[in-house]
Amino acid sequence: MSESPDRFSQALKEILSGGFTRTVLSIILGFLVGALFMIGSDKAFIESLGYFFSRPGDALGAAFAVVTEGYGSLFRGSIFNGEAETFEKAIRPLTETLRLAAPLILAGLGIGLTFRVGMFNIGGTGQIISGMIWATFVATRLELPFIIHTVVAVIAGVLGAALLGALTGFLKARTGAHEVILTIMFNYIMFNFFNFLLKDPLLLGEEASTGNAKADPAAASAVLPKILGDNYNLHWGFILALAAVFAFWWLMERSTIGFRLRMVGENPDAARSAGVSVERVYILAMGLSAAFVGLAAANQSLASPLGLFPSAHANIGFDAITVALLGGSNAPGILLAGLLFGAFKAGAPSMQVFGVSPEVLGIVQGAIVLFIAAPPLIRMLFRLPPPQTTSVLSDIRQKLMRRGGAK
Amino acid sequence: MSQIQLAKEERIGFKSPITMASIGVFVIIFFGVLGREGETVFEISRRADLIQLPSISIGSSSLGWVSGILLLLIAGYSLSSSLKNRKTPLWVSVLYGAIGVIALLGWLAAGNQVPLTFIIGTSLVLAVPIVLGAMGGLMCERVGVTNIAIEAQLLAGAFMAAVVSSITDNFFLGLISAMIGGALVSLVLAVFAIKYLAQQIIVGVVLNVLVIGITSFLFQQWLTQDAENVNFPGTLDIIKIPFLSDIPVIGPVIFENRITVFVALIFVPTLYFILFKTKLGLRARAVGEHPLAADTVGINVGRTRFWWVTMGGMSAGLGGAALTIGNAGAFGREMAGGFGFIALAVVILGRWHPISAALAALLFGFSIILRVWANQVSPGIPTDFIIMVPYVVTVIAVVAFVGQSRPPKALAIPYTKG
Amino acid sequence: MKLELRGITKRFGTLVANDAIDLVVEPGEIHALLGENGAGKSTLMNVLYGLYDPDEGEVLLDDKPQSFDGPGDAMEAGIGMVHQHFMLIPVFTVAENVALGQEPTKALGALDIAEAKKRVVDISERFGFNVDPDALVEDLPVGVQQRVEIIKALSRDARVLVLDEPTAVLTPQETDELMEIMRQLASSGTSIVFITHKLREVKAVANKITVIRLGKVVGTAKPDASTSELASMMVGREVGLTVEKSSKQVGDVVLSVENLAVLDDRGQRAVNGVSFDVRAGEILAVAGVQGNGQTELAEAIMGLRSSLTGFGKITIKGSDMTGSSVRQVLESGVGYIPEDRTSDGVVGAFTIAENMMINSSYTSRFTKGVNINFSARRKIADELVKEFDVRTPSAETLAGKLSGGNQQKVVVARELSRDVDLLIASQPTRGVDVGSIEFIHERIVIERDKGKAVVLVSTELDEVLALADRIAVMYRGKIVDIVSPETSREQLGKLMAGVAA
Repeated sequence: MSESPDRFSQALKEILSGGFTRTVLSIILGFLVGALFMIGSDKAFIESLGYFFSRPGDALGAAFAVVTEGYGSLFRGSIFNGEAETFEKAIRPLTETLRLAAPLILAGLGIGLTFRVGMFNIGGTGQIISGMIWATFVATRLELPFIIHTVVAVIAGVLGAALLGALTGFLKARTGAHEVILTIMFNYIMFNFFNFLLKDPLLLGEEASTGNAKADPAAASAVLPKILGDNYNLHWGFILALAAVFAFWWLMERSTIGFRLRMVGENPDAARSAGVSVERVYILAMGLSAAFVGLAAANQSLASPLGLFPSAHANIGFDAITVALLGGSNAPGILLAGLLFGAFKAGAPSMQVFGVSPEVLGIVQGAIVLFIAAPPLIRMLFRLPPPQTTSVLSDIRQKLMRRGGAK
Repeated sequence: MSQIQLAKEERIGFKSPITMASIGVFVIIFFGVLGREGETVFEISRRADLIQLPSISIGSSSLGWVSGILLLLIAGYSLSSSLKNRKTPLWVSVLYGAIGVIALLGWLAAGNQVPLTFIIGTSLVLAVPIVLGAMGGLMCERVGVTNIAIEAQLLAGAFMAAVVSSITDNFFLGLISAMIGGALVSLVLAVFAIKYLAQQIIVGVVLNVLVIGITSFLFQQWLTQDAENVNFPGTLDIIKIPFLSDIPVIGPVIFENRITVFVALIFVPTLYFILFKTKLGLRARAVGEHPLAADTVGINVGRTRFWWVTMGGMSAGLGGAALTIGNAGAFGREMAGGFGFIALAVVILGRWHPISAALAALLFGFSIILRVWANQVSPGIPTDFIIMVPYVVTVIAVVAFVGQSRPPKALAIPYTKG
Repeated sequence: MKLELRGITKRFGTLVANDAIDLVVEPGEIHALLGENGAGKSTLMNVLYGLYDPDEGEVLLDDKPQSFDGPGDAMEAGIGMVHQHFMLIPVFTVAENVALGQEPTKALGALDIAEAKKRVVDISERFGFNVDPDALVEDLPVGVQQRVEIIKALSRDARVLVLDEPTAVLTPQETDELMEIMRQLASSGTSIVFITHKLREVKAVANKITVIRLGKVVGTAKPDASTSELASMMVGREVGLTVEKSSKQVGDVVLSVENLAVLDDRGQRAVNGVSFDVRAGEILAVAGVQGNGQTELAEAIMGLRSSLTGFGKITIKGSDMTGSSVRQVLESGVGYIPEDRTSDGVVGAFTIAENMMINSSYTSRFTKGVNINFSARRKIADELVKEFDVRTPSAETLAGKLSGGNQQKVVVARELSRDVDLLIASQPTRGVDVGSIEFIHERIVIERDKGKAVVLVSTELDEVLALADRIAVMYRGKIVDIVSPETSREQLGKLMAGVAA
């Protein structure tokens, strides 16, 4: 046998067993699961089941209709609305997707960073609130010149989040407390603290307080400027997200800091033996992670025309986990994953109009990431080849290590 | 034969006494020295009770002083334990917590009444979903599977209980299907964790997203359209156990409840017994500590994990039923509202021990009712801080005492056969 | 009970771990299975114990073919196994550990702890094991833990007992006690399979010896066979473990350790008042049975473990390094080959090139400011791969995909290519093939000849004798004596058992 076909099949195997194919298949499966729920809850479909055997076409037709129109309205609401009168209005959904994707990308980068360091930051919510507190304080309580005000507010948001993150890292490094439990608790603590601050006009509450927990909108000098003029809501938050994606890529792939972060993620014992202070890396990683989340916080604080409500964290902290997982915790992946889930958020209202509860997108989102979480499952479903290992020895060792149970 | 034994030099630290003493000083300063004017009246009996006990009335600030000093005394006892290199026993911590709670109540209700029976009873009712969720989590973690999906299990249970009870008009079927709902979520976790060796924390978080998505979708698409038929179950009947329910305080708190509360009260000690006194429990703990060792004595690790995780899901599902047919009377969107995450904290706070975990869950139940009640008796007090208390306590406990608690050693580590 | 293995073959992918192995163990016989690390002994025993399915061949007990679905079946059939890494649950008591899997119960499935304790006491008394059934296993010394393992097997009526490298963790005295136990068990009719790579123990206790190499049986021998004969069967050729070495040219003191005391992970004092000096141009070997504080000593010098307060001073090249961080120690010119390669030495998911820079990620030849200097790294890695004979397709291969010997070469290359004056080598050849052992030994001697100070921590007496200029013998956290490499094996053995000269 000549060498080339062998090589070709080898290459094909590697692609198939790699992350990319699996990701695409997971997304498709996720949409399928969502479609099943849409069909199952569709009245026309359920009614047609009653006479399924006499006219199966009706049921299939109803199923097809609900799925195409459901996902069709998602497409029109998030990418391109072919039914709009003008081109300007037709591409408006796309700009909404970009706008809504920005905080997901930013926070997703933050969560992804901790995954790379072998940690799990489930505290995006608390960190985003902490960042919003600082950014909102600067944006509503200080008077600074245009642009400088925005910059200072963004920095405040980053610092506010990063400090909470670093505190979590510090507590983990110092006492061995698990970051998952710490971050969950900080989520609740920060949420209630934010609520308290928003109620008091002397703190963060509206100056003309109506007794509701709500902040003033950011001062005009602090608002993130619009990119495409006043017809579109898209603002500089998205540019910030793109810059953050680049910064993340440089940090993790090119810099020595990222090298040490990854080293600790892959093998903390070896890192310690190599002179890396694992404790310090934990603090740094949680701080950096939260700093990215803080950018999302600034995005929320500086681009909400009505001012912040207690729910302004918008569940971004948790959505970011799914973004990071789908994006494989690397910069380009997180960008794409953030765009996908941003499109879900943008398209939800237009699905609502059509009559399909946009909550179905939560199911799609959850299903996609569930499939991502278990590579062997997708491989089994689609009979993909297992990942290649060049040495059997490492295979055996891995097995033995797993057998060994806990460290 | 030689019995080499070097002395252990690891010492019980002074974290417990230090924490206890600082809180004691805090109580003396803020509830005593800077305390509020007025008398606090502790009402022991309800008006409807058969046996009426007199209320106890005490000056709010003097109660602050007294309880602060008692807390310091307990801190002193804890210090002497530490000096003898012994752990502070659980009952001391419980006593400490109870006195702290009374101090807080007395301070909040200065010039007002404290309806003790009502507060304790409601704490218990509110704690039931957390208790059952925590027992579910504990059952998973004891066999080495991290369960972050308690929230999802509670939600699934709550949903199933409400819908099935409404449709069939039968609470028993509702309870059963709540357990099935919780178990189904567990099943996914078990299959992913045991068969597909997925990262358990991730699967848990994702299951939460998925189940929130599914229940919210069905709620929106179905339950709100047809609420009368599918989401109108009402609540379980309150069962009064004759005679026992007439005992002051304890009677109404414990012996006059819905079936869900009774189940929780019975299940906690039962689980303790199973885990620590039976063959089943010994095997389960072995699997969670050292699965390979368990395997070598012929215990099927995968099957053990699978069953315990599934049963854990049933417990959490029942906890979900306690939310709907055991309390609210209908399913609401995302109604677990973070109870699952609290249950997770409770497992750790309770050091993977059913009884301690149940006590920790009570603390959270108490904080929920406290917020409502404190708003009524002293509207000026920022209740946001009161609701924060259990979370702060959890952080302090995890940070200060984590060295003393040991999670199952094989937690979150998949096990594969060669 | 008679145990017979017929044509056992076990493959992992393309690697044949066991190749048509035949073995017969007669009732009451102590049968030694001798072979190097990685020869396939443990795989064979895991097949026997039902943990692995053999690809070919069968296991027979008393001439009846068996098929084991898991360890439970093997146990049922009468096979008991004492694993190299104990299969005990540290937080359980001795009685609970012994009962696990065949628990005596009362009503409601409740454990009958009294009965479980009685089982332990019965067996313990019968063989004079002196084990407390109520003790928590984690509180017991390893020698006693091993006895718990044996009790566990015996309580299941094991009539074939497999001991996998049982002496690796024992002191010589405990080893003697274990051999006595083995003889006693054999005389009561139990067949014993004794897996080891230690020739002297085999000769002392075995009735029959089977040698395996590279997954194949290479021959059988009687215990009166000569040591060199057995050794050459084991490694496949005459072994000259002696390394060419010029006489030493010692210089100044490079490392000085004074009164060091260190705790181990369990909070017990593992190093207890150790003092020594190492000079430039000499190899100081720290010998001793595994678990006598050598690991902790090396880690303390590296800054991985802190010295107990009030104890200890570590001086490197004249400056006090007590309490320094690992990074400070490394940057002061110390190279470190950690004992456990896979957990501490390499990052398996990193490429070889990345592994070359893991302890030089701060300012160094691999960096340009905070950026990684990729071209320099590539170049250095390629050179080192060539110089240290790392067998790999390229320097961009993941380290986790290399064999143990090649991984160790990566570690050695990394440490020796840094500008160091002191090399701490902890078990540098453990689990490494013979070719790599020779290579690594040569490199260590070259470093010493270049005038560097070397601390070699090794439990292998052969390695110690081949390389050392001076030998420090550790026993229970103390250095019993520092002797010259001309000291006889017998004398060293006594020192390792804690008997001072």
